[in-house]
Amino acid sequence: MNAPNKSGWKPESPVGHEGVHEGPATVTGNRALMLEEPLIFEIGTTETTGVDFEFAGNLDLAGVEQPAKPTQNVPSRLGSHARKGEIGLPGLTEPETVRHYTRLSRQNYAIDLGLFPLGSCTMKHNPRLNEKVARMPGFADVHPLQPVDTVRGALEVMNELAHWLLKLTGMHGVAMSPKAGAHGELCGILCIRAALEARGDARKVILVPESAHGTNPATAAFAGYEVEDIPATAEGRVDLEALKQRLGPDVAGVMITNPNTCGLFERDMKAISDAVHAAGGFVYCDGANFNAIVGKVRPGDLGVDAMHINLHKTFSTPHGGGGPGSGPVVLSEALAPFGPLPYTARDGDGVVHLVEEENADEFEHPRAFGRMTAFHGQMGMFTRALTYILSHGADGLKQVAEDAVLNANYVLRSLDEVLDAPFGPSGPCMHEALFSDKGFGEGMSTLDLAKGLIDEGFHPMTMYFPLVVHGAMLVEPTETESKAGLDQFIAALRSVAERAKAGDESLKASPYYAPRRRLDETQAARKPVLAWKEPSPPGGPAAPSEVGGR
Amino acid sequence: MRYLPLTDTDRSAMLETIGASDIDALFADVPEEARLSGPIEGLPMHASEMAVEKHMRRLSKKNLAAADAAFFLGAGAYRHHVPASVDHIIQRGEFLTAYTPYQPEIAQGTLQMLFEFQSQVARLYGCAVANASMYDGSTACWEAISMAGRITKKRRALLSRGLHPHYVNVVETMAKFTGDDIASDWPRLEAQYDEDALIAQMTDDMSCVVVQYPDILGRLPDLQKIADAAHDKGALLIVANTEPVALGAIEAPGNLGADIVVGEGQAIGVGLQFGGPYLGLFAVTNEKHVRQMPGRLCGETVDAEGKRGFVLTLSTREQHIRREKATSNICTNSGLCALAFSVHMTLLGEKGLRALAAENHRLACLAADRLAQVPGVTVLNESFFNEFTVRLGQDARAVVRRLADDGVLAGVSLGRLYPNREELADGLVVAVTETTSEQDIETLAAALEETLT
Repeated sequence: MNAPNKSGWKPESPVGHEGVHEGPATVTGNRALMLEEPLIFEIGTTETTGVDFEFAGNLDLAGVEQPAKPTQNVPSRLGSHARKGEIGLPGLTEPETVRHYTRLSRQNYAIDLGLFPLGSCTMKHNPRLNEKVARMPGFADVHPLQPVDTVRGALEVMNELAHWLLKLTGMHGVAMSPKAGAHGELCGILCIRAALEARGDARKVILVPESAHGTNPATAAFAGYEVEDIPATAEGRVDLEALKQRLGPDVAGVMITNPNTCGLFERDMKAISDAVHAAGGFVYCDGANFNAIVGKVRPGDLGVDAMHINLHKTFSTPHGGGGPGSGPVVLSEALAPFGPLPYTARDGDGVVHLVEEENADEFEHPRAFGRMTAFHGQMGMFTRALTYILSHGADGLKQVAEDAVLNANYVLRSLDEVLDAPFGPSGPCMHEALFSDKGFGEGMSTLDLAKGLIDEGFHPMTMYFPLVVHGAMLVEPTETESKAGLDQFIAALRSVAERAKAGDESLKASPYYAPRRRLDETQAARKPVLAWKEPSPPGGPAAPSEVGGR
Repeated sequence: MRYLPLTDTDRSAMLETIGASDIDALFADVPEEARLSGPIEGLPMHASEMAVEKHMRRLSKKNLAAADAAFFLGAGAYRHHVPASVDHIIQRGEFLTAYTPYQPEIAQGTLQMLFEFQSQVARLYGCAVANASMYDGSTACWEAISMAGRITKKRRALLSRGLHPHYVNVVETMAKFTGDDIASDWPRLEAQYDEDALIAQMTDDMSCVVVQYPDILGRLPDLQKIADAAHDKGALLIVANTEPVALGAIEAPGNLGADIVVGEGQAIGVGLQFGGPYLGLFAVTNEKHVRQMPGRLCGETVDAEGKRGFVLTLSTREQHIRREKATSNICTNSGLCALAFSVHMTLLGEKGLRALAAENHRLACLAADRLAQVPGVTVLNESFFNEFTVRLGQDARAVVRRLADDGVLAGVSLGRLYPNREELADGLVVAVTETTSEQDIETLAAALEETLT
């Protein structure tokens, strides 16, 4: 089945893998627009550079050419520290560089190419105005340690973004410096620990649901806590009664993702918070899925004490192939006094200040637990996120959540008769639809379905997460997809799902049409090759691997 | 709303497919008393691209951009010329709007780039293996200490006096919670780095010694001497570098006995950006330590047809597999900054990096000699790369503020970095790069001369 797009166009002759005419092999290994590209180490040389200098220096450094016209020469102050021997860095001229990376770029899937339904990752469109703003010289070309009078605009950006985050979450304070979601989690957990220590309460345990992101237990352990599971109900939510049973004087807090990783809103969130507070603990909320509820409900109204916000999810800063992110943490009145330095504060005259170690007392923040990073946080992400927020406004952000949830439910209900939706019967989902591999043909897996979806031109959904569902497939379309785009995706997913259910063996070897077929991950881990090495001469022995055993 | 493709007709049709009466039916699980009825009050409504751009431009104009000043700031963040093609490449949507390469068949662009990046960093640092990046230098520094603890099974770290104070603060903050014992001290204004003082503090229960190279005052410690002493105590040497361009001129830490080399990669390709996002670099000299490393690693393999390809590997160290037993909780790192670094480094190549480093050093030497002629100014350093410390004989922080009013950003005062250390108050750290002109140096010298006399 081929889905028409808005205009009714559809491919003329849809072909399965068996219908493809295998052409002759090519000398280059290229296949028309699918271009192979060597490593820079294989095409560059240490003699080549793509950068010209006004003047190339006249110091006695190995490998540096003598300049034609030195203006002023001075003796070196490197002493005995000068670098000897070749570094081994290949260089390319600008045209070669641009071509190398452009060719590499074409081997990537990206939101700009199509729907990217990774559950819990919120792969939404990245507005280009954000990029333009972040590159304004007043933001891009300022040093973090300039005198504060020369960077008041940057501080105002931080403060304005902080204001929005507080309003949108109904919280009391915000730590802006965490560098990404997991760093924000750490910040929140450290605030909890600092607050407990301030009252002389040495609690040891953090409770985390089994369905949580791996970062949650890793963070709690990194902060020195023991981690225990919170049981879930059959309908995919935290088991409130079981949680209440476990609460006690040793429990520092709970980490709950809401909406959770099954794509469901934790209906009992307020009751959970009340129970945790009554037992003397704190509530950490993983805000990875805030996109589903922004402008619809405020975590502060549900009793949350700390929540990180992934600016690279809800607020559209680009994922960049794995970062950089940004993870400001909003804090309740109980935890705000412990938030880390630095942060910004507006005084009575409207001037925004940078509050650091030296003036924390002056700004009545003497109990900060410390500092999580050099400098002041991800400014380049703050400018982008604020631009996004101002573009949407309070009304647009509410619409974002509504459309994100609408799109996810549309996917869920369009596919739940072909794919098993374990929590489908219990009601609507939030921003992501969860399916399982129940009903697949003998030997067919979620991985096979995902790889089949690649051949249909889509990035697969999140696979095998959350762990509580067998062969989980978590689909988060986001609000920036059109209905026609969703219909096309649904048709593709339906087709691949039907093949998986029918036991279509051809799926096992998919993808067929990607730049690479399935990659051997076992070999990669068993004999790790993590850096380029000059190949050994023909006939000579292969370079031995010295990576230790497990 | 220009970013939301659904029309009202679409929305109605979709609700019908779903079988929901209205949008609120989809939010039925949110308790009614917590559900907001309309847009949050007191916040503006959506705005046009033109209006938002105007607002943001107004804020940006309140900052003094480095390009509009005679600029001498460093201390962990450096201003270098970034070729135009770097920014062009990182804005290609296939890089900019991709996710972590979890589906390697359609992420070879990012993966090959990461493999090249890891190889470049390993070579720059003189190490065997580098990872696919950390958040920044300061967090990488803490992760290295944490890793040294896992390897040596000891929980005491010795930080050298020349380590960036923000890095020290990050380490001490984390150690407060993990129970690690951290020995740290502030720097002394001495012309040469005092290796013997550091060695005298070494004890058998140390997991590691952390040395910044060049240090916060710009001096060049004798790493080999420190490495030998640390190894004698059964400790690892962690070297932190905040200026990667320096390694085009000075010996790589990995070639001088370092076990773990971490650093800030911002200087190459990334730009100042008021402190972030930056790029944490992390590498080890001994391949046997790879399984204790934090963060993502990209490795080479083959596909089902035998073609070379790349994947994220050794993920049994990581949080999404190991959960509470992971080597770190890091997930998202600095992928796009790693790309910027790698592109810039490819443009430079060995030849360009050497030339860039030489030009930085030449101009820094020139600046040091010129400032030494200013009455009241003493240059502290005997050795340095592109950053050195001068003493002004009066509160350097106040001098920096005064000069800023005249469009001269004179450097980072030690008073800013160590607010409570009176004995450091007259120190000023001055960084000079290829973006500094000889005229800028004259401007700074003249401004100091005027304000000091």
